[in-house]
Amino acid sequence: MNDAFEIRSESHIEVHKFRAGAIIIATLLALLVQSSFPIHFAKAAVLDLPLLVTIYFGLSRRNPSTGLLLGMFIGLLQDSLSGPTVPLGLYGIAKTIVGYLASSIGARLDTEHPAARFALTFAFFVAHQGLIVLTRRILLAQPEQWFNVHLFLAALVNALVAVFLFLLLDRLRRN
Amino acid sequence: MVAIPSRHKSLVLLAGVIVLQVLMLAVQIKRDSEGRLIRVWTVGAVSPFERASSYGFGWVRNTWRHYFALQNTTRENEQVRHENDALKLQISQLQGKAAEADRLAALLNFRQAHAEVPMIGARVIGTGAGTASLTIQLDRGERDGIRKNMGVITPDGVVGKVVEAYPNASQVLLLTDKESGVGAILADSRIQSPVGGQGEPLLVMKYVPNDDTVNLGERVITSGMDRIFPRDLPVGTIAEIKPGNPFKQIRIKPAANLERLEEVLVLLSLRPLEVKDEGNTGNAHPSTPGAASPPPAVRR
Repeated sequence: MNDAFEIRSESHIEVHKFRAGAIIIATLLALLVQSSFPIHFAKAAVLDLPLLVTIYFGLSRRNPSTGLLLGMFIGLLQDSLSGPTVPLGLYGIAKTIVGYLASSIGARLDTEHPAARFALTFAFFVAHQGLIVLTRRILLAQPEQWFNVHLFLAALVNALVAVFLFLLLDRLRRN
Repeated sequence: MVAIPSRHKSLVLLAGVIVLQVLMLAVQIKRDSEGRLIRVWTVGAVSPFERASSYGFGWVRNTWRHYFALQNTTRENEQVRHENDALKLQISQLQGKAAEADRLAALLNFRQAHAEVPMIGARVIGTGAGTASLTIQLDRGERDGIRKNMGVITPDGVVGKVVEAYPNASQVLLLTDKESGVGAILADSRIQSPVGGQGEPLLVMKYVPNDDTVNLGERVITSGMDRIFPRDLPVGTIAEIKPGNPFKQIRIKPAANLERLEEVLVLLSLRPLEVKDEGNTGNAHPSTPGAASPPPAVRR
């Protein structure tokens, strides 16, 4: 079986711990970069750094409760910074679920291989987008397109960036 | 009391957190202002860092431009660009005034009244933290006189309107956002119709019947009917026309470069821009079927 997707029992998967304040600082930095980088590089708006951080810490911490609470925290902060046309809870709900799923999957799969990280980030990006559209359509009665080529490309770009970003975030782990 | 198995605890927590956020969404839909406090705290906490990063980035860029690359040429170029921007605005205003002079004196007075609309310059320090809305954040807020629903422009054209004003910052909904729109008129054919965003770089002009003649490259300017923007500010140019049912599908390239905004002007006026006499609008005609009452140009 491929190393990247090798299924193991939960007890054999290492739970990574991080340096003090690493999760908070990485989260705030992701939000800050997300809200200021596209001014200078418009194409950077395609990235969803808060989502990548949610996925990374979910996969690494491997605790569903922590993962979903971190996802909720990041999502609500992102909602707050997105202006009044984005109601509080839109990103919150999507990232809560992604945080939960990432932690649950992280507890069952070895996700250290770059290929696994690429595939999982792609899948989580699509799921995240689906949850946002679902929330908009069902709870807010706002018509929204499910998926298009632009979002497919965005998923690919985010998955690619995730591979390198996750390597960078690995350095925050406590040995 | 029923004990929850430990392996289900996280699932219960997930359900609880989701229900809580769904309730929060429901409350916000019912009451528009709900959640403002959380936004004020978050924006208040983040905007100093955004401002610092914006100035830091600007400092690095300016240092590079002025000291390492073509020191004098860049300065002269910037000066010429600023003059060019000012001239563009002047030309646009003069064109509007000339057209008004050809029409009626009352309309000319109305235009002159708009020239007195106070404006304030603001620096763009951030964007929306996601793709769900197209917003930018300015480094000026309520303390500088900025209020919700004020118009935002650049010398090139319309940018959007203020959707939230905080003490030291404000958020602007860009014209390209799906929730955004502006009352517009075609500069040559004088057809009136709202122009709105689609979440894409191009805008759409709605409610122009297939019978009306519209040309590619025709200029689109503000009509003033939305009572936010004065008349004759550039909105964009027609980039694409397709027949539709029942209206044409017209796509417009925005006049302002909405993807690279650094500094903008906020129109410091919430005074409704009244059109006193409908007969004074010259040969302008709304293209909507209900000509007497065109659809509201700016929503929310």
